[in-house]
Amino acid sequence: MSLRSPLGRVLGMGSARDGTGHWLAQRLSAVALIPLTLWFFFSLLGLPALDYAAVRAWLALPFNGFLALLLVAALAYHSYLGTAVVIEDYVHGNGMKLFLSLLLRFVYVLCGGAGLFAILRVAFGS
Amino acid sequence: MPARIRPLSPHLGIYRWQIGNSLSILHRLTGIALAFGLLALSYWLISLAGGEQSYAAAARAFASPVGVLALVGWTFAFLYHLLNGVRHLCWDVGLGFERRERHATGWLAVLGALALTACIWVLLWHLGRV
Repeated sequence: MSLRSPLGRVLGMGSARDGTGHWLAQRLSAVALIPLTLWFFFSLLGLPALDYAAVRAWLALPFNGFLALLLVAALAYHSYLGTAVVIEDYVHGNGMKLFLSLLLRFVYVLCGGAGLFAILRVAFGS
Repeated sequence: MPARIRPLSPHLGIYRWQIGNSLSILHRLTGIALAFGLLALSYWLISLAGGEQSYAAAARAFASPVGVLALVGWTFAFLYHLLNGVRHLCWDVGLGFERRERHATGWLAVLGALALTACIWVLLWHLGRV
């Protein structure tokens, strides 16, 4: 006999009211990052040198700029999901946990956003 | 009745160290290291968008002894997190749960990451890129 209400069973969210969303998002972003990170490293290694002109010309190509946008977005998202769980697991005390969780979000939006904006600046040549 | 202080999960202090939990902890540690790597990647991209001078300053920072040490560390962290991450994804679809498979793939992830890191940096050094 299940003690869960019919509504609870249908929603499938469990006691954390979050369901499998976090787990799934972590796996999907991980799968996306396998080709994106490998493309990034092999593509950069393929350049004759990592000087300003070569790297700028490389990132200014639409194909590279687009994949770099996807890479930084997926990295920031996957990294946020992972480090948020580290804080949830190891920071005890609700005040500190809430503070660090919120701080983490701001840091990721700031850092990820700045990286994305930099790619767009190179892509659109400003 | 006074509340008893009970250990909370995950409770690192009570585990006997063995390959399973060591690699799990290493997965988290490399993930945290790679989070700082993301900061470095953003800094590098911002310096590239900022122009020739800011890019040269970032390139100098990455070519400094501390910078190279960090890049080598991030190379290992990335490769281990990648290999062990694939191991986790295999578990998620139900593959590789046997004791022998778990141990073999675990050693493969950590030794493979070490070997690949060494290969990449020896190759970069050999090509005069470091």
